[in-house]
Amino acid sequence: MSINRRNFLKFAGASTLIGVTGTAVIEKILLTDAEAAVSPGSEALTAKRWAMVIDVSKIKTEDDYKKIIHACHSIHNVPDIGNKKDEVKWIWEEDYEHSFPGVSDEFVPESIEHKSFLLLCNHCAKPACVRVCPTKATFKRPDGIVAMDYHRCIGCRFCMAACPYGARSFNWRDPRPFIKEETKEFPTRMKGVVEKCTFCSERLARGLKPACVEASNGALVFGDLEDPNSEVRKALSAHYTLRRKPEVGTAPSVYYVIGGNEHA
Amino acid sequence: MYNGGKIIAGLIIFIGLFTFPIFYNMGKASKMPEPKLDTPAIKELPEAERKCVESKEYMKANHMQLLDEWRDLVLRDGNLVYESTSGKKYIMSLQNTCMHCHSNKKEFCDKCHTYANVKPYCWSCHISPKENET
Amino acid sequence: MLDKALTGSKGYWIWIFSLLAVIGVGVLSYLHQFDYGLGVTGMSRDVSWGFYISQFTFLVGVAASAVMLIIPYYLHDYKKFGKIVILGEFLAIAAVTMCILFIFVDLGQPMRVMNVILHPTPNSILFWDATVLNGYLFINLIVGWTTLTADRKGVPPPNWVKPFIYLSIPWAVSIHTVTAFLYAGLPGRHFWLTAVMAARFLASAFASGPSLLILLCLIVRKVSKFDPGKEAIQTLGKIVTYAMFANVFLLGLEFFTAFYSQIPGHMHSFVYLYAGLDGYSKLVPLMWISSILAIISLVMLVNPNIRRKENLLATACVMIFISLWIDKGFGLVVGGFVPNMFERVTEYWPSLPETLITLGVWSIGFLILTVLYKIAIAVRERTASWPELH
Repeated sequence: MSINRRNFLKFAGASTLIGVTGTAVIEKILLTDAEAAVSPGSEALTAKRWAMVIDVSKIKTEDDYKKIIHACHSIHNVPDIGNKKDEVKWIWEEDYEHSFPGVSDEFVPESIEHKSFLLLCNHCAKPACVRVCPTKATFKRPDGIVAMDYHRCIGCRFCMAACPYGARSFNWRDPRPFIKEETKEFPTRMKGVVEKCTFCSERLARGLKPACVEASNGALVFGDLEDPNSEVRKALSAHYTLRRKPEVGTAPSVYYVIGGNEHA
Repeated sequence: MYNGGKIIAGLIIFIGLFTFPIFYNMGKASKMPEPKLDTPAIKELPEAERKCVESKEYMKANHMQLLDEWRDLVLRDGNLVYESTSGKKYIMSLQNTCMHCHSNKKEFCDKCHTYANVKPYCWSCHISPKENET
Repeated sequence: MLDKALTGSKGYWIWIFSLLAVIGVGVLSYLHQFDYGLGVTGMSRDVSWGFYISQFTFLVGVAASAVMLIIPYYLHDYKKFGKIVILGEFLAIAAVTMCILFIFVDLGQPMRVMNVILHPTPNSILFWDATVLNGYLFINLIVGWTTLTADRKGVPPPNWVKPFIYLSIPWAVSIHTVTAFLYAGLPGRHFWLTAVMAARFLASAFASGPSLLILLCLIVRKVSKFDPGKEAIQTLGKIVTYAMFANVFLLGLEFFTAFYSQIPGHMHSFVYLYAGLDGYSKLVPLMWISSILAIISLVMLVNPNIRRKENLLATACVMIFISLWIDKGFGLVVGGFVPNMFERVTEYWPSLPETLITLGVWSIGFLILTVLYKIAIAVRERTASWPELH
């Protein structure tokens, strides 16, 4: 199999001379051929549609929030640029009113009104960002994760205009000087591309849950939305939850437990 | 010929300028560099296992296509493991697999890339191993 | 024919070199942006499109407006436009070139721009926008060049070019419709999520483009022996008047829907633009200037006695152009991002490098326009005494 693939590669190189069309055809053959020799790995966690349930009542102190955010930002080399204009973030805190604009009521329990919520990419079932991307640099994987291919992104920022959740950040400048502790196992990004949370697809591939979930002491639950026995489904049947802006029809996969303390 | 002198002089100047780089660099061709394989990780391996994911010749000619293919296979198609021609399995990762052995980016990657005047942008995002400044 | 652009008066060359100087400054600023990243602009995580994309949006309208000459001349045989239809087509070429350049300078990774063709994605409106814009440029180059060449020889344009001329009519509409769809199809951006967006775009385009064309016609008459014709200019004035009324009417519809329904999301951007929101009001003076200019110019244009006086018509056209530039070349794009997705306000103002790059692109457009007009004028001056061919 692999020998065939190698020959195909050589052939593909030669056919580049023939033209783009030729190469495209070869690539098609090549990819189907290559699938035989590559695999997702035996430890990989799989799902039909990954989802997350966040119960902020279980996050007590400001340090607990910081720990979760740090877990994500440090392993993914997310820069801390230190000004709002150039800001890059994958997961962050926001108050109730601004997390759920349009939903937030005038009179709510103080425990909710002044509580911080954790916001991140919603990995929508019908993502607007994927619909508008002109190069398929952002795309939806079969397991529901809305992924980014930073190699392909041209930096048009159409996805940022389209995302109803403000989940996307653009690298307005080279992020490298602003990464305090570099994680060697994960790449950084370069200037001129858009980035966001990936539901830790690189960890799932190695059998690990997302970093924020691991750091949350059970406040964040992660699992397969289409599996009735999954942790997320159990959490959803036990609690009343909200999703951000469900009215725009993107079908977000991140749920927020409201008033979790009382009913837990 | 009208203005014959001027035209001929102009032509000579043009040809001179046009071929200047050839004359300027004549006899200065530098030797093709040989990538160095003497990193600690490679030295640790027993002689019989000192092999790349594919043969040396294949990697020399096609590493760029292989890496390009890997990135789509991992990032877009959700794969992780590559089974080489020899049947050995590798995790497809430039940063963690390739550069684990080839921790000498300057000697292994840069030398040839500079020689061939290609500027791959791998390292704008992928973190290269820490090396002693030379 | 290009040689005709190489001879000209002192004034012509001063103008050309002034444009080249501004272009030079723009190119240097772009090199700085290319090196540092788009962080040199005033854009931010919250207002992620700014001056570049709004200029692009405005100029698509200017480009599309050539159809306002094509339709009367080719479909209704309105002969008075015969002499200036080429001016409309050449304006379209310059405007579309600027559009393409503005998209290019807005890209974070401009070296990868070919990814749009390598990985064609029909579900992305941007893919279609790139397609129709390049197509429109191509069509206008063919039509403009062929008809002018024929004219120079004193023969009617060849028959094969006719289909391209007719194709340019729906195509002009398509470029601005598709550009409106960039905005009007995004969930969560209330200000843009409106079915009349494309209609309003076209209305404002058919006001701003022809008003620029009127000004250009008057300049052409002043600097050359080619007279575009009093009647042609008057007809353009009427087109501007109707289109501007339609545009203001459509804007009024937006106001009604937002404020009568009292849906907060629909009102916020309008409140921000015209009154300020949460204490932020950077764009308020500009938006009011736009509104006041629109009203004054409409009052002037609707009165035939004023409209017939060319200097007053020109004044009204300047006002309309500025008014619509503020409205579409600034407010429309920025307004969509304020407030942001968390209903917080981040304001935007272009930075110096961003402004210089923008001026540079405009200058490239005007350089192309000048050269093309120079050629067209040279041909027209020569054939002016010839009997009408069309």
